[in-house]
Amino acid sequence: MADLLLTLAGVAVAVAFLLALYRFVMGPRAVDRVVAFDVLTIIAVTGIVLTALISGREIYLDVALVYALLSFLGVIVAARYLEGGEQ
Amino acid sequence: MSGLLSLLGGLSLLLGTLFLALGGLGLYRMPDTYTRIQAGTKATTLGTLLTLLGAALLTPGWSIKLLLIVLFVMFTNPLSSQFLARAAHRAKVAPVAHADQLAEDGEDLA
Repeated sequence: MADLLLTLAGVAVAVAFLLALYRFVMGPRAVDRVVAFDVLTIIAVTGIVLTALISGREIYLDVALVYALLSFLGVIVAARYLEGGEQ
Repeated sequence: MSGLLSLLGGLSLLLGTLFLALGGLGLYRMPDTYTRIQAGTKATTLGTLLTLLGAALLTPGWSIKLLLIVLFVMFTNPLSSQFLARAAHRAKVAPVAHADQLAEDGEDLA
């Protein structure tokens, strides 16, 4: 039962990733791409936690935490860059 | 008891990932940047929190690290959403709706 639910959850994460990836590739503006990148990182954190559940290794949770930290910094830097340099 | 806990955890996990898929669908379908920010960040925040709750119910020994990730997501996700919306506004991206409250109130509030 739990294995079936884990598989369905993995499929849903893959669907979310593909839809956000479409916006990342096709987004008409740079801001759309950065928004899509932000959503992609959130989905990736969930995917790493799912990987930890499936493989049963706790070390992947540390990977998810560090990945969330670094990707947040990346999104902030990209947003500051998009605002333009006149501060 | 543990069967009930794992069933609840699995259902919460599935519900959270469905919210993630809905957030991706909103990112795919919404008409302009601001609505995409709304759909993308709010739905995926709830989806991630539900998924991590489900993981904590499935494996109670990991609760502390999962709680750290939950706290981090709750702090950073709204912050990055607000930063992106302000960057879009300053880059002169026009909203689909004609109301622009931030321009009427003045930039210093942002």
